Amino acid sequence: MNKRVYMDHAATTYTKTEVLQTMMPFYTELFGNPSSVHQFGREVKKHIDTAREQIAKALGALPEEIYFTAGGSEADNWAIKGIAYANRKKGNHIITTKIEHPGLLESCKYLEKEGFEVTYLDVDEYGLVKPEDVERAIKENTILISVMYANNEIGTIQSIAEIAGLAKERKIYFHTDAVQAVGSIKIDVKEQNIDLLSLSAHKFYGPKGVGALYIRKGVKIISILHGGHQERGRRAGTENVPGIIGLGKAIEIAVNTMDENAARIKALRDKLIQGVMEKVPYTRLNGHPEKRLPGNTSFCFEFIEGESLLLNLDIKGIAGSSGSACSSGSLDPSHVLLAIGLSHEIAHGSLRLSLGDINTQEDIDYVLEVLPPIVDRLRQMSPLYERVKGGK
Amino acid sequence: MYSDKVMDHFSNPRNVGEIENADGVGEVGNAHCGDIMKVYLKVENDIITDVRFKTFGCGAAIATSSVATEMIKGKTIDEALKLTNKEVVESLEGLPPAKLHCSVLAEEAVKAAIEDYKKKLGA
Ligand SMILES: Cc1ncc(COP(=O)(O)O)c(C=O)c1O
Ligand SMILES: [Zn+2]
Repeated sequence: MNKRVYMDHAATTYTKTEVLQTMMPFYTELFGNPSSVHQFGREVKKHIDTAREQIAKALGALPEEIYFTAGGSEADNWAIKGIAYANRKKGNHIITTKIEHPGLLESCKYLEKEGFEVTYLDVDEYGLVKPEDVERAIKENTILISVMYANNEIGTIQSIAEIAGLAKERKIYFHTDAVQAVGSIKIDVKEQNIDLLSLSAHKFYGPKGVGALYIRKGVKIISILHGGHQERGRRAGTENVPGIIGLGKAIEIAVNTMDENAARIKALRDKLIQGVMEKVPYTRLNGHPEKRLPGNTSFCFEFIEGESLLLNLDIKGIAGSSGSACSSGSLDPSHVLLAIGLSHEIAHGSLRLSLGDINTQEDIDYVLEVLPPIVDRLRQMSPLYERVKGGK
Repeated sequence: MYSDKVMDHFSNPRNVGEIENADGVGEVGNAHCGDIMKVYLKVENDIITDVRFKTFGCGAAIATSSVATEMIKGKTIDEALKLTNKEVVESLEGLPPAKLHCSVLAEEAVKAAIEDYKKKLGA
């Protein structure tokens, strides 16, 4: 079989065998409904409580502050809409950034139609939100500030504690979409003054379609999923029990092995970045050189388009992703790449290779062998490159 | 996502390159929207004897460029002018709906190159 190298861990990860093994009994013998009074239900309920504790421990939160959701998008939707509607009497202004995940941005756009006012903060060339910009955007009627912990495309890690501190001083709620950060970097919601935090299991070797929203005790929020009394009356629907069990196990493993994994993956990441920058001319690294997720690399190769690069890499067995318009199915390249100041032309040539715990030095060597000639071949057929070579 | 035919033209594009002293050159699209195609023609006695292209763009853009050049090679100018986007897509055994806009470029680039040829003739 041909060589296969998976470098799209920011899109999703595989589920660890250990995680899957803890989930399996909940499809078969431990099938009870956790809301049921009988022992079939009660024994399952106990395991859900354990998962809740595992998550709380990983975040420095209390178990009763963890609410299970169907993933990161639901957690983002709930945080934004739930806070907005619950605190409308106090104000209708929300502050967020231009580089958030669509789950958050689209929730904000929806609220704008509902009469809320949203400020979308700019970021600098590295994708960093300036705390002073947050401070300047705060108004009398600001009820919520939401800044993502780490960006999914360019990997930039924000100064969360500092921004959350600003919100706290002014009694404004602070939410962070930590979907890319949880399991990769250390988070402590109490120390960092975070009121709400979104996470998703499939980004840290857990199952897909399950996540959680941390809601600090005392935060005023309404529900968006109405029905039964699950999740202490805040999120209706029979629990995704196997998913929740897997989420708990996955976060426990991720936190216990974080230091060791992060160091190893970071070393590979830096080799990949260095190798690409050395071997491929007319290339820029997107994101911050240091304030960066351990597994994230993001490049723009001038004069070529991202989807054709992805397809060529795929033919060679390498899986990555791109923020080019044609790979996203829209006419515009990624909003994140535009927000860091890249022109459309440059942004179309983006490539994200996100590393995970299955990647090896051999994988890096393989990419460094295969990628440069592909870029060169695409450039040879690019009318934009021709102009540069012609000195125009 | 793409048909085998698209992937064939994408991985082994036909007629890539430039023609020195081409009789007609057409460039369409812009880097803003993500696809640019440039077509070079060599014309003898009203017949396209050689055609080359350069494309900045996605898989669909490269594949349509390649197949379009194949379709007009050896044709008369009038025949080549009749090339439609639809025919290009059909000969590629279809494109995903979201990619149809990328295929329009091929037809436009061929027309632009022919226009340039006619202008040069007239001059
Ligand atoms: C930063 C960020 N937020 C939210 C999400 C959405 O999470 P989910 O896929 O679990 O809905 C993702 C995943 O793509 C993400 O990267
Ligand atoms: Zn395209």
